Amino acid sequence: MSPLLLSCYTATTTLGHGLDATLAGLRDGRSGLKPCDFETVDLDTWIGEVTAVDAQKLPESLTRYDCRNNRLAQLALEQDGFASHVRAAIARYGKTRVGIFLGTSTAGILQTEQAYRRRDPVSGALPEDFIYRTTHNAFSVAEFTRDYFALEGPALAISTACSSSAKVFAAAARQLALGTIDAAIVGGVDSLCLTTLHGFASLQLTSSAPCRPYDATRNGISVGEGAAFALLERLPADTPSGAVLLLGTGESSDAYHMSSPHPEGLGARLAMEAALRSAGLQTGDIDYINLHGTATPANDAAEGKAVAALFGNRVPCSSIKGATGHTLGAAGAVEAIVCALALTHDLLPGSPNTGTPDPAIPIDYLLNSRPAKVRHALTNSFGFGGSNCSLVFGVAP
Amino acid sequence: MTPTPLTVWIEGIGLLAPGLPDWASACSILRGAAPYTAAPSILPVPSILPPAERRRASRLVKLTLAIGLETAANAGADVSQLATVFAASGADGHNCHALCEQLASDDRQVSPTRFHNSVHNAGAGYWGIATQSMAPSQVIGAFDAGFGAGLLDTLGQVIVDRQATMLVAYDSEYPEPLFSKRDTPDCAGLGLLLTPEKTERSVARIMVTPSTEAAEKMADAGLENLRTSIPALRCLPLLQRLARGEYGPVCIDYLPPMQLSIDLQPC
Repeated sequence: MSPLLLSCYTATTTLGHGLDATLAGLRDGRSGLKPCDFETVDLDTWIGEVTAVDAQKLPESLTRYDCRNNRLAQLALEQDGFASHVRAAIARYGKTRVGIFLGTSTAGILQTEQAYRRRDPVSGALPEDFIYRTTHNAFSVAEFTRDYFALEGPALAISTACSSSAKVFAAAARQLALGTIDAAIVGGVDSLCLTTLHGFASLQLTSSAPCRPYDATRNGISVGEGAAFALLERLPADTPSGAVLLLGTGESSDAYHMSSPHPEGLGARLAMEAALRSAGLQTGDIDYINLHGTATPANDAAEGKAVAALFGNRVPCSSIKGATGHTLGAAGAVEAIVCALALTHDLLPGSPNTGTPDPAIPIDYLLNSRPAKVRHALTNSFGFGGSNCSLVFGVAP
Repeated sequence: MTPTPLTVWIEGIGLLAPGLPDWASACSILRGAAPYTAAPSILPVPSILPPAERRRASRLVKLTLAIGLETAANAGADVSQLATVFAASGADGHNCHALCEQLASDDRQVSPTRFHNSVHNAGAGYWGIATQSMAPSQVIGAFDAGFGAGLLDTLGQVIVDRQATMLVAYDSEYPEPLFSKRDTPDCAGLGLLLTPEKTERSVARIMVTPSTEAAEKMADAGLENLRTSIPALRCLPLLQRLARGEYGPVCIDYLPPMQLSIDLQPC
């Protein structure tokens, strides 16, 4: 593919609001996880909650979108000057020429879960104030963002569970290549809700301790929430040296099981190979791999096999989920921004909470953050239903 | 940058909607050779799934498999190699209702199967398991604009990645009390297998351009009701042109104020 410029980007997770807090958290090896105290949930697990989400007030004209997911989206859009940068791009290109591509797994389903507790005891009806379209529906965060910027061009949500907001980069790149748009707001937003906390617990995939990706004793995930955005544009003639570029995207399907990865990591390997091919790079060109690394025994083993088969143990790898929790449908975009920070700040992020890397997985797993020159970074995102996506980022020479 | 002409060829079509059980029957109704009679959608048993998955298959999984298999069969395509785009307004409504009801109760121990079936990409996941296709599979949500959003992404895969790609745009109903908040009446959807080059199996060529015109309506009241009440069926005017062998541009609802004008031409 033709390289694309990330002309502005931002991330908000339990590590903090915006890039500075995220970078400091990664450098310090800080974990934002805490014992679960979310809403009425009583589970023996840890979560990654973003602070001050409920303090967000949506603009008066957009209150129909009010739900935790869209509050989190707005909070993240207003960090690092991202919204102003988007408005400048809209002024430059026109309101039909900036597309929206956002990943989410559960959108504002918390709104529905709470509405079900307020059903009319006689008729069973949901409360009057509950609006399905602009809160629960998968598209609500994309439609909210479209209205937030008064855009009139293409928009979509991608919902492929935990690969959702990695796949938005591929979808946006295709539309930029077609010329249907001149810029794309890409990103992911997923917020804490009862469905994912209780759902992952029912699959026995949540840990009662902070998650420990790739640890020999890893035993499950910590559910987190987060939002990350980037503005993608075609490369201008005067691309500044050091600017972050999207170089390649690779997508595949496991064709194996709804909630277990292919045991040999075959789908993961296909996605990584496709991303390298798309970027025109060899395995030896990659300086850092941001692993999907959820910390379940099966996921890390499968991904580890695929990474070891392709890269051996020559490339430093880590998962940041011990810091942020698994931000599910937002993970792909959050971790794309982590790659951007690695590329621009000479940083190999470590893996808080992981003590002893699993000796059965022969890769170079980083426990502690350390400085290093990173020219090309690959990030993996794999979701339920066997949906895989890998992305390759680099810096302009 | 000058936009690439969004031109692709249609190689296969599938349809399943209330009163329109498959593309062949739908063709004679859309041509006007047979009257349209409203009737609940008939969802075939997904015999392609392994027995365990077949038993658990939801209405949505039956719907997407039926549309995908019919589309691929009409194109003579190998399902194990096809890239796919699934576009839908919501995930499995009955499953979602059951989950929300349980999470509102004192017993929040949800079933693991219910949880993994709650993902928006359940249809795509079961499609992969059934067909053994490891090709890329995209899953889009765009509320009422699912068909248009799915079509644009499919055009991207076909034209940019130069690969045959099957679009399955579909919707299914929620039970009450959610039905009062989202009144999609039944399961329905369509499939289009699109290719970057004309082949001996091509049935028509389409060129897509953005538009701000009003969408074309269906003359038949029953079919117009389908067009407006089930998002995926916003493309019925295009399907009617295909069934009748009538060519020229047809405007389809997308995301207001943006519409899609689809110029249909013979091969």
